[in-house]
Amino acid sequence: MNNDTGMIDRAATMAAKATPPRLVRRVRGLSDKAIAWLFIAPTMLLLLVINIFPLIWTIQLSFTNYRANRPNAEVVNVGLRNYERLLTDPDVWIAMQTTAQFVFWSILLQTVIGFTLAYLIDRKFRGHAFWTTVILIPMMLSPAVVGNFWRFLYQPQIGLFNYIVSFFTGIEPSSFEMLGSVSLAPWSIVIVDTWMWTPYVMLICLAGLRSIPDYIYEAAEVDRASPWRQFWSITVPMALPFIMLAVLFRGIENFKMFDMVNLLTGGGPGSITEVASITLKRQAFEAWRTGPSSAFAIILFVAVFGLANIYVKALNRVKQR
Amino acid sequence: MSGLSSAHSVVEPGIWSKRIAGTLVVIYALITMIPLLWIFATSLKSPPDSISYPPKILFTPTVEGYCNLFTTRSRQTQDYIESLGPPANVCEEIARDRSMVVVGASKYWPRFVNSLVIAFGSTFLAVFLGTLAAYGFSRFKVPLADDLLFFILSTRMMPPIAVAIPIYLMYRELGLSDTALGMILLYTAVNVSLAVWLLKGFIDEIPREYEEAALIDGYTRLQAFVKVVLPQATTGIAATAIFCLIFAWNEYAFAVLLTSGTAQTAPPFIPTIIGEGGMDWPAVGAGTTIFLVPILVFTILLRKHLLRGITFGAVRK
Repeated sequence: MNNDTGMIDRAATMAAKATPPRLVRRVRGLSDKAIAWLFIAPTMLLLLVINIFPLIWTIQLSFTNYRANRPNAEVVNVGLRNYERLLTDPDVWIAMQTTAQFVFWSILLQTVIGFTLAYLIDRKFRGHAFWTTVILIPMMLSPAVVGNFWRFLYQPQIGLFNYIVSFFTGIEPSSFEMLGSVSLAPWSIVIVDTWMWTPYVMLICLAGLRSIPDYIYEAAEVDRASPWRQFWSITVPMALPFIMLAVLFRGIENFKMFDMVNLLTGGGPGSITEVASITLKRQAFEAWRTGPSSAFAIILFVAVFGLANIYVKALNRVKQR
Repeated sequence: MSGLSSAHSVVEPGIWSKRIAGTLVVIYALITMIPLLWIFATSLKSPPDSISYPPKILFTPTVEGYCNLFTTRSRQTQDYIESLGPPANVCEEIARDRSMVVVGASKYWPRFVNSLVIAFGSTFLAVFLGTLAAYGFSRFKVPLADDLLFFILSTRMMPPIAVAIPIYLMYRELGLSDTALGMILLYTAVNVSLAVWLLKGFIDEIPREYEEAALIDGYTRLQAFVKVVLPQATTGIAATAIFCLIFAWNEYAFAVLLTSGTAQTAPPFIPTIIGEGGMDWPAVGAGTTIFLVPILVFTILLRKHLLRGITFGAVRK
């Protein structure tokens, strides 16, 4: 810090000696405005070409019966019929429900475990920095690769997961199939997602806990507030914006979850674990119903965009603290 | 901030509270590591060991998985194998024990190289564009700056599958399907939003006085940016680059839908590694291990900036 002010002072005195300030303000080289646009324009251009143009194209396709595997077939404008069909299609609503259940349970577990871990790590026991880094590893990995190796862990008979469960409960390891059974497959996704993303929630919660100033606890101690009371009236409310931020981030990410589920269950058995992105992929790239699936993509996008709006507001609130 | 609390402070947790907390966290950390250790152990097993019941915890390690990952083999008669000279390397030897000969290299290495090229190419572009845009947003009054920043962020919120439909059609028209260039452009577009948001945060933290002093000294804006701001932002740029690198390295949805051959990256390829009669789990384990090692290194390098990266700069500690 001392260094900074020293440098500025030196620069300022040198400038004061050298030239009158007004002359310096005259633009040399490019004007600030030109630089601002020159710097921002390439990014905007790239996003327009790779994101906005495709989005507009999707909107346009969503009103047609276009099929990408038959580029020469006649394209008929069908108006709003794609949207109408989708919103009244029970399969679509089932996919939405599947997604909602997956999002709800995985985030609930991640928040409970993540917050507990953050609370424990915040006790600052010896070696907490090292163990925190170890815990963080799963969230950095490729969800696709994770989904693939959990498929191995979940194998009946040879898989480690079934074996560990049977070791602790005595249930025959080949008597249940995590990925093959209708009742267990949704939980197999929730377990992997929780394994992978609990560290994420933990890290954000930890930042929340560390943002609480010590003097508040000291004041509570003076007032003889019980630890229980301190936890519920100081710790939880003060960390809440951070928890919410983590929940929103995970909510958006899990809403569009594709890679891990695609490799773990591929939406199966049947369509039990078919979350929205998997339905979309099956419609768009397996059934090649490009028109209707474009409409579905737009519906999903509107939903995520709504979530994103809420998220940015929450984000700003956290920032203001 | 943390230096203020002393051992006598009321907020310092007691010794037992610390011990219990520590024990629980270590137990969680160990449990969470089991899947990773298992996949690493599997990479060192022989195919029969990898699918034995009960799962083998103790086994004789072999490099067969790694050999199978990098080679293709074909089954031959014993007479033919005996007619060959001595095995050239360890992989050859292992293959012959299974009545096979190595006939060539597998596709893993080209896929791995694709991953490297696409990840580094897109990271370089995203960080380059992101640094410029972040500086623009940080230092100048840009009309509708908040809306533009929100727009930039919202592009990241789109479900990849939704964007993939028109990208697929667009790339087909432009001849960019299944090319490294197409994937680099796509990952750049996805990563540039993260880069702008993170770097704006880092550049905001560099005092404006530095540049103003440089401007007064006779630097132009561009010179001030290159010679004053960039050196100050090195840490932020490096952290951002690693985040972009990890995203591009890990990406699967676009890769599996838009690449099939020449430009395919490792994540869509690893799940397709099969041996005779099913998945070749040791080879999958080997491929996964090699693929994950760079990420482990990066995680350790990044640990101080992780929080910032995963929240788009919203939480800075």
